[in-house]
Amino acid sequence: MNIIVCIKQVPDTTEVRIDPETNTLIRSGVRCIINPFDMYAIEEGLRLKDKFEARVTVITMGPPQAEEALREAISLGADEAILVSDRLFAGSDTWATSYTLSKAIQKIKDYSLVICGKQAIDGDTAQVGPGISAHLDIPQITYVKKIEEMCFNSTENGERSESRATHSRDSYIKAERMTEEGYEIIESPLPCLITVVKEINEPRLPSLKGKMKAKSAGIKKWEAKDLDVDPDLIGLNGSPTKVVKIFTPPPRKGGQILQGDPEEVSEKLVDLLKGEIP
Amino acid sequence: MDYLLTEEQIMIRDLARQIATEKIKPVAAKYDIEGIFPWDIVKVMGDSDLFGIYIEEKYGGTGGGVMELVLATEELSKACGGISLSLAATALGTFPIILFGTEEQKHKYLPDLARGKKLAAFALTEAGAGSDAAAVATTAEKKGDYYLLNGTKQWITNGGEAEVYTVVASVDRSKGARGAATFIVEKGTEGFEFGKKEDKMGIRASATSELIFSDCKIPKKNLLGREGMGFIVAMKTFDQSRPGVAAQALGIAQGALDLTVQYVKERKQFGKSISSFQGVQFMLADMATEIEAARALIYATARMTDSGAKKISKESAMAKLFASDMAMKVTTDCVQLFGGYGYMRDYPIEKFMRDAKITQIYEGTNQIQRGVIASSLIKEKAA
Ligand SMILES: Cc1cc2nc3c(=O)[nH]c(=O)nc-3n(C[C@H](O)[C@H](O)[C@H](O)COP(=O)(O)OP(=O)(O)OC[C@H]3O[C@@H](n4cnc5c(N)ncnc54)[C@H](O)[C@@H]3O)c2cc1C
Repeated sequence: MNIIVCIKQVPDTTEVRIDPETNTLIRSGVRCIINPFDMYAIEEGLRLKDKFEARVTVITMGPPQAEEALREAISLGADEAILVSDRLFAGSDTWATSYTLSKAIQKIKDYSLVICGKQAIDGDTAQVGPGISAHLDIPQITYVKKIEEMCFNSTENGERSESRATHSRDSYIKAERMTEEGYEIIESPLPCLITVVKEINEPRLPSLKGKMKAKSAGIKKWEAKDLDVDPDLIGLNGSPTKVVKIFTPPPRKGGQILQGDPEEVSEKLVDLLKGEIP
Repeated sequence: MDYLLTEEQIMIRDLARQIATEKIKPVAAKYDIEGIFPWDIVKVMGDSDLFGIYIEEKYGGTGGGVMELVLATEELSKACGGISLSLAATALGTFPIILFGTEEQKHKYLPDLARGKKLAAFALTEAGAGSDAAAVATTAEKKGDYYLLNGTKQWITNGGEAEVYTVVASVDRSKGARGAATFIVEKGTEGFEFGKKEDKMGIRASATSELIFSDCKIPKKNLLGREGMGFIVAMKTFDQSRPGVAAQALGIAQGALDLTVQYVKERKQFGKSISSFQGVQFMLADMATEIEAARALIYATARMTDSGAKKISKESAMAKLFASDMAMKVTTDCVQLFGGYGYMRDYPIEKFMRDAKITQIYEGTNQIQRGVIASSLIKEKAA
């Protein structure tokens, strides 16, 4: 079984500050890390690897230095890593990113499960995971906090239709999906895409042998020309999102605490609500 | 200071640092209060391959030596000098096998120790045999193809938790130090039990227990080296392990100083940060300098040891002596700079002072280290 984990390299937002003049992130000198939610995605992939003897492939779209994030994933135990990187991808929004990643996943062909973190801490959109599943036309389960069951039966022969790889009736996943009120249990055939929340596991630390392996591991690099992509759908051109303005919301003014006995306070409150007291 | 570490040594240091800050620091106070053994952290250290950093690759390790062990122990000790000891004391119990074990013994024991699946311990001390290690009263009586072990070891680090024990016993008491031998004893062997677990001043996350042997049958193939070599095994082992104790002291001191620098910047008296007072600044400067001097001595000793140098007792003793005295002084001064807050258990600094003390005592007290150094000097002069 092959599992694909999509990860993103992000600035460590605990260290990022915003330039009050330009309203943009001050990125210089800020450490880059694997998006924390993706660490749970990697961990879940590695746990399934141990259970099913699966192969875990990590994939990221980003600038050349995102290779670091892939090496870190290998040091944790991932088997293979692919860097999708090209000037032509620059400026991609979540639509173009999920389109491009879906094309890279199609190129891998043989997979049963795609795992993403629920969202990235720099953009917080939570759109790329679901976007990939839509582009691939496979089912999705978002905000997964537990994989209850998973059954994988490989198809009889090695031949596979391109994106609907390893789809057979008795390969399925059953997962608990977090909602605001509680959780839902959803069953889906494989291949399927899930996005995971931090409740799902506790990510491991790298091992020394893993780190040594990661140092010399070969990382595949795919550019636009290596993928079957429509040039109009990638990069800035392929991105319908237009950023009109970025601003820091004004800090909230301090609240007001009304004091006194209940009658007095409720009277004051009513006046305030009516707007009679400035 | 740049010590020109190899790429692999930097990886080990960074990995140990990550474990220290992410896994150990948040639980150090809890383990200190409860005094229970930190198996969850030991598992993390094992999964990260830290237990194999001084063991050859063919036995499942990553092929480093004392220098690698020193780097990891230092980093782990910055967060907790007790938890880091699970690694350092396992190394102490493993060195006799590395130095004197047969191929068969190495293949049998080292792979599980390298993976952290099993811990080790070294048992020399007894109620009547502390600094005078040659006075061991535990006996190993030869009976055909096995030995019968009788006696009680005390204050054995990792005691009760470890699976593999290297134990020094006397095969011939009339010969004194020349009548000792070292044996590998596995937990669970009939006649081998654990006595009292000690309640200690510091390094409370480390287990310190009594080992009781009563007609404990040890197969002959578990003898390390030869009969009569027990004391040599112990001394050669200490030569390798003392830089590790020194690194534990170094880490404790550095961990304490790091907290103290942060504290003095935040604490305000007389309308300003206490770090603005020269009296405080000079203390910080002295501490940082002494820590760096200890680090330089320890790293140099570790590298010399790993180079295969034969005579390392003096240097090894110097590293342990200097670093542990330094750590006691530095941690005491750190408590001083925290003032009354430093004396309170709610603040993390007093633990460093309690943890530092042991490094002046075990694996030979600092008086004994001075003795080792002085006798080397005198011997060198005579030659
Ligand atoms: C927490 C802890 C963990 C330990 N772990 C282990 C372990 O894993 N394995 C193990 O075998 N042992 C272990 N020990 C034992 C430790 O190594 C001994 O405590 C130490 O060697 C000192 O022996 P002692 O306590 O009997 O002190 P003593 O030998 O009684 O010494 C008392 C004092 O007299 C001084 N003194 C003694 N002889 C001389 C001399 N000739 N010249 C000058 N001064 C002298 C000493 O320096 C000391 O200050 C541990 C001890 C502790 C406290």
